[in-house]
Amino acid sequence: MRGRGRARGRVMAFLLLACAAPASADSLLPPSPYADTQLADPRQEAAAAALMATLRCLVCQGQSIADSEAEMAGDMRAFVRTRIAAGEQPEAVRGWLVARYGNWVSYKPPLQPVTWPLWGAPLLFLGAGAWIARKRFRKRA
Amino acid sequence: MTRTSTRPWLLWAPLAAFLLLFALVAVGLLRPAETTVRSRLVGQPMPVLKLPPIATGHAGLTGRERGPRLVNIFASWCLPCATEVAQLARLRARGVVVDGIAVRDTPAALAAFLTRHGDPYRAIGADEASRSMLMLGSSGVPESFIVDANGIIRYQHIGAIGPQDFETILRAYEAARAS
Repeated sequence: MRGRGRARGRVMAFLLLACAAPASADSLLPPSPYADTQLADPRQEAAAAALMATLRCLVCQGQSIADSEAEMAGDMRAFVRTRIAAGEQPEAVRGWLVARYGNWVSYKPPLQPVTWPLWGAPLLFLGAGAWIARKRFRKRA
Repeated sequence: MTRTSTRPWLLWAPLAAFLLLFALVAVGLLRPAETTVRSRLVGQPMPVLKLPPIATGHAGLTGRERGPRLVNIFASWCLPCATEVAQLARLRARGVVVDGIAVRDTPAALAAFLTRHGDPYRAIGADEASRSMLMLGSSGVPESFIVDANGIIRYQHIGAIGPQDFETILRAYEAARAS
């Protein structure tokens, strides 16, 4: 009796999982043309790919738009490719997005009074460590 | 004479420095992550959006809209968007002009959505590739932007408009209308 109940439980669980669907739906339209299609010009595609790897997906914020499966990321990729195909410089496209979303959308933070510790702190720590250990660098008498 | 015999507190300095660093990192890690991305265009001019019509009885967006209005970014496939239509209808009853941007939507699905949940919109423009969202600094649906009579974006509301947001949005609209 117990064995049969367990098997039924497994079948039930399988059926439930098979019917499971995400609560938030994807849109009704297919991905934008250039979301997953590369540009014809390899140099432009390389520039676009390099840029896309350093732009943050606004939906899955731990990923770049190059990695993210989110639809918004696809639309952002299509946007980047379209702009670069039209001849725009990658940094201009980055600047356009930063002007609308802020520095958070770019993986390359600009050097500003607020962000200098990103580069300065390691140097400071290195200097502090060297000062603390300065006696060790003298030749032993 | 060693350094620490003349200045005993030096013994504790490295531990203090470590604890300071630990506190700094702990505060950063324990603070709830701010994941909403706000648009930087609040206070800036509304971009010109030319979007084709998608719903019968509604013009698309021509980019020449004037006057204070609430621009609502939504979609028929967006579940929270269904919940805020009632609030948009209430706002419209209080004189708020509501324009809609339907993101990645189809005419049939949108018509069904409007029939089922209500239709408070003046114009509805179709945005197939999220282009208007990028232009507005919007990162998801639903979002609403309040634009004043001079075409400046005055307020952004992220997420569905709930009953608790009604007063805030109405006040923001009144302020935009007065400016």
